[in-house]
Amino acid sequence: MGDLAARTAPYRAVLASRMRSQRSYRANFALDLASSALVGFVELAEVWVIFRSVDSLGGLDLAAVVLVFGVADLTFSLADLAFGHCDTIPTYLRAGTLDVFYLRPQPLLLQLITSDISLRRLARAGVGATALVVGLAINDVAWSASSVALVALALASGFATFAAMFVWAAGAQFYLIDGAEATNAFVYGGRYAATQPAAVWDRPLKAVFGFLFPMAFTAYLPVVTLLGLPGPEWMPGWLGWCAPVAALWAWLLALLTWRAGVRHYQGGGG
Amino acid sequence: MSAPIIETHELGRDFRVRDGVRRRTVVAVDRLSVRVAPGEAVGYIGANGAGKSTTIKMLAGILVPTRGSITTCGLRPVQDRRRLARQIGVVFGQRSQLWWDLPVRDSFRILAAIHSLSPVAERERTDELVERLELQELLGTPVRQLSLGQRMRAEVAAALLHSPRLVVLDEPTIGLDVLSKQRLREFLVAERRTHGTTLLLTTHDMGDVERLCDRILLVDRGSLVYDGTLAGLSRTVGAQRIMVVDLASPAGDLVDVPQTRHVGSEGSGMRQRLAFDPEATTAARVLAAVSERAEVLDLAVEEPDVEDVVRRVYASRR
Repeated sequence: MGDLAARTAPYRAVLASRMRSQRSYRANFALDLASSALVGFVELAEVWVIFRSVDSLGGLDLAAVVLVFGVADLTFSLADLAFGHCDTIPTYLRAGTLDVFYLRPQPLLLQLITSDISLRRLARAGVGATALVVGLAINDVAWSASSVALVALALASGFATFAAMFVWAAGAQFYLIDGAEATNAFVYGGRYAATQPAAVWDRPLKAVFGFLFPMAFTAYLPVVTLLGLPGPEWMPGWLGWCAPVAALWAWLLALLTWRAGVRHYQGGGG
Repeated sequence: MSAPIIETHELGRDFRVRDGVRRRTVVAVDRLSVRVAPGEAVGYIGANGAGKSTTIKMLAGILVPTRGSITTCGLRPVQDRRRLARQIGVVFGQRSQLWWDLPVRDSFRILAAIHSLSPVAERERTDELVERLELQELLGTPVRQLSLGQRMRAEVAAALLHSPRLVVLDEPTIGLDVLSKQRLREFLVAERRTHGTTLLLTTHDMGDVERLCDRILLVDRGSLVYDGTLAGLSRTVGAQRIMVVDLASPAGDLVDVPQTRHVGSEGSGMRQRLAFDPEATTAARVLAAVSERAEVLDLAVEEPDVEDVVRRVYASRR
């Protein structure tokens, strides 16, 4: 334990200072929280508006879609809170912050991840959590040890998968010109895709957000499995249990991309 | 002789740059072979784009060399980066290691945690740096409110908090006023004296070189063109010293003093400037020759301007 405390002390020192400084501007912080919550509610309202004109979307009714939204939004917001700053590598490069990381005796990626934290995302996570609780209440879930395990697994895996997306974006931005524009399409596009039933996607979209960036595994597939629904084409109903595999794949992709990005920055070899 | 703290062998680094649609290769550093012993103070000088920053980034493990080898503090910078980070301190003139929205004190605390300093070591070292760099007044001030000179002193303290054996300073005095420069130089001299710290600094400010460095590495277009003392550098390019003499009464221009060149006169010849080559004659002989011609009240000898020396080296190579 003592060893762990010593090992994490550098990261905790930075994170604690980031949190302190965000809370020190109280009015600003309150405004950030409020606007962040508002955006979350608008997106939730969007789901409701769609269901004013249709009864079901991709085989899911409103209650099920609220649950998908809840899982996706909660896990994304928490990942965004802890990892969201990673996809602004160009800013770190311009400010020379990355070169400064090289001068410190910790791994670069861990320094990057722990260099900031966005507490205002807590409000957004609150919206997601609300949708999750409501979704679990209004759906006809057959509660058992395995369904509880499935929900827990889905939340942990969803968080890990979205976190990996931010790390992937960080790595890709080393060698993409206007990298942030390109990676946003997948990170934020992916978040949006994750709140939707994958059944409505066409095949290319299913390939990209179903498997390459496994967005369907963050919320939709676990919900399909939880509610005992049949899955769409390419995605059988039991696939929700594979959310951890998807998270592992996402991290593999993220770490390989990060390593390639850092090597590109340092100029090959290594 | 102890193991070198920096050793490069035929070190080289290229960059691929986009030139319109074509890509071409720019050689930033070429065949650099240097040994720096612990405790030395080395000025690494050269024009913009001569490859100084690239070399520093290779020393610190930020950039991978294209050719050749490099060891810093006996370690391979890229592979052993994390171990090296405990022994090296780098001050980048243009990029900050401090947290801009935090008071200076908080940045020091975080850096102490990052370098795993014991509470005792942290307190002793912080106190030492705060006293020597006169930071007491600034400790509670957020970094973003500091003046450039104040921030630079805080940056230097931040880079030296973990007592590195090797301190690399990239343009540490750029943009500083005369007083701030002087304070910083005095600090570095004292730090080196008390801790035996090795200094490597890149600079355009020749005052830095003259006051801080006992060895100069001069690079031109990525290659080392001189390695030695400042005096030696002046000699190799035949840089001249200037003798300024104040005379008791107005006199004609002293154009006939042997081995000298008359540079100019002021106040009807009351003050005259004579250039001479220290290899060909001595200040004493010049003074004797001037005294035969006029009564000398006072004199001063000006050393060659280093920028001028560097310009001469570059010109002779073009």
